[in-house]
Amino acid sequence: MAEYVHASGGPLFHIGRYILMIKRSIAKPERASMYWKETLVQMNNIGVGSVVIILLISFFIGAVSAVQFAYNLSQSMVPMYYVGYVVKESMILELAPTVSCLILGGKIGSNLASELGTMRLTEQIDALEIMGVNTISYLIGPKLAAAITMIPLLVVISAVTGIWGGLVAGSFSGYVSSVDYMQGVLMNFVGYNIFVMMAKSVVFGFVLTSVSCYQGFYAHGSAIEIGKASTRAVVLSCVMVLFADLVLTWLLLR
Amino acid sequence: MIEVKDVKKQFGSQEVLKGISAVFESGKNNLIIGKSGSGKTVLLKCIVGLLTPTSGHVYFDDKDYVAMNIDQKNEIRRELGMLFQGGALFDSLTVEQNVRFPLDMFTKMSMSEKRDRVNEVLKRVNLTNTNQKFPSQLSGGMQKRTGIARAIVMNPKYLFCDEPNSGLDPQTSIVVDELIMEITQEYKITTITNTHDMNSVIANGDKIIFLHEGNKHWEGDRLTLFESDNKELIDFIFASEFLKEARDARFNKLKNK
Repeated sequence: MAEYVHASGGPLFHIGRYILMIKRSIAKPERASMYWKETLVQMNNIGVGSVVIILLISFFIGAVSAVQFAYNLSQSMVPMYYVGYVVKESMILELAPTVSCLILGGKIGSNLASELGTMRLTEQIDALEIMGVNTISYLIGPKLAAAITMIPLLVVISAVTGIWGGLVAGSFSGYVSSVDYMQGVLMNFVGYNIFVMMAKSVVFGFVLTSVSCYQGFYAHGSAIEIGKASTRAVVLSCVMVLFADLVLTWLLLR
Repeated sequence: MIEVKDVKKQFGSQEVLKGISAVFESGKNNLIIGKSGSGKTVLLKCIVGLLTPTSGHVYFDDKDYVAMNIDQKNEIRRELGMLFQGGALFDSLTVEQNVRFPLDMFTKMSMSEKRDRVNEVLKRVNLTNTNQKFPSQLSGGMQKRTGIARAIVMNPKYLFCDEPNSGLDPQTSIVVDELIMEITQEYKITTITNTHDMNSVIANGDKIIFLHEGNKHWEGDRLTLFESDNKELIDFIFASEFLKEARDARFNKLKNK
């Protein structure tokens, strides 16, 4: 394993090593109860630990979207209840899954990369290997499981909070009444869009967690390298989330 | 017993181990000594499987470890314990949870049995009333002793210690060395310790191999260590002028007698 840690190569090498890491992360656990316990810890770290920041950011995104749409619509003949409709659609289809996951890419990505990087540097991962633990499966598997469970929930919270933020900002600014706004929100509800939002959140959660874990797990060298791995984790996971967003939008919204 | 046969290890064009062969006997503290950069840690990592030798073989009781697949290696790994240079304790777990970790992962013992076993090994390494402390709350020596407790909690057949004295004051070093020695004899395990601490070598060297620039330059024990005429070994042992003078003074005294 140490060879693969210290080895370096071009993009193909990293893609290959990343795929092998994913394959090993879903290997059969040595002791299911230990993995389950670790998954619960990670669900708490990734999910519960991110609720406040998601609430805060989603509220303001929804609020700003509502005020901007209302401003644009105020100069047209389009009825104001469309503010609610547009905020709802943009929150569900794009803003909740994508912006939330970009924010989580920064928060969770750097956290995971530095946690695993520090474990590598202080030989904690070697200690697990020596015990005969499948380190990738034990350290990364529960994080992936927690991410693809908790991030969709966070995205749902984000969508609801964003729509609520639009309601608050729209009515406080006087652009749109709460009755009109809610009429727009309830108008033309498409269940498939919820599916798109959930699909995006699962894929984004998987991408940002696996990319960040990869950067941390294979970090080596000095403490400076941990910082660099952490930065790479955030940048790469955000880029990969945006790329996945484009691909999924093409595939799901034809 | 552990045997290494013609183990070579290369990183790119740099050959770190140039064909090491040695036998590490059970019930003994086998030391690998040498200057920094001589290949001690790489050899130890090749033996435990953290690195794969470029060529050569490592046998654990006649079983070729290098040729094994990952599952077979994991079976062997459950019979070995390792004390790392920095302790390698899990930061987020308490002392008790750290020591209990291998039991949680690989045994079906009940919680009370596990607690009893943890308390037994913690008592063995003279660490009591520290169960609920986190590694960051322990001194360097206590971290090392916790590392030893974790390494022996599964009753290993093989114990590996990577520079157990690094970062410790001389007194604590002696305590850790004595502990490793006692555990080796008590449990009749094969211990391989990688060190450059001469106090440790003199006190614990049941069997010693000396590495220099990736080659095995000398093999013996603490009794024959000072009789060697190997230049690199003499330079390593008597690294300071003070020690050289002490050696000469002692030599002259013996000669005059």
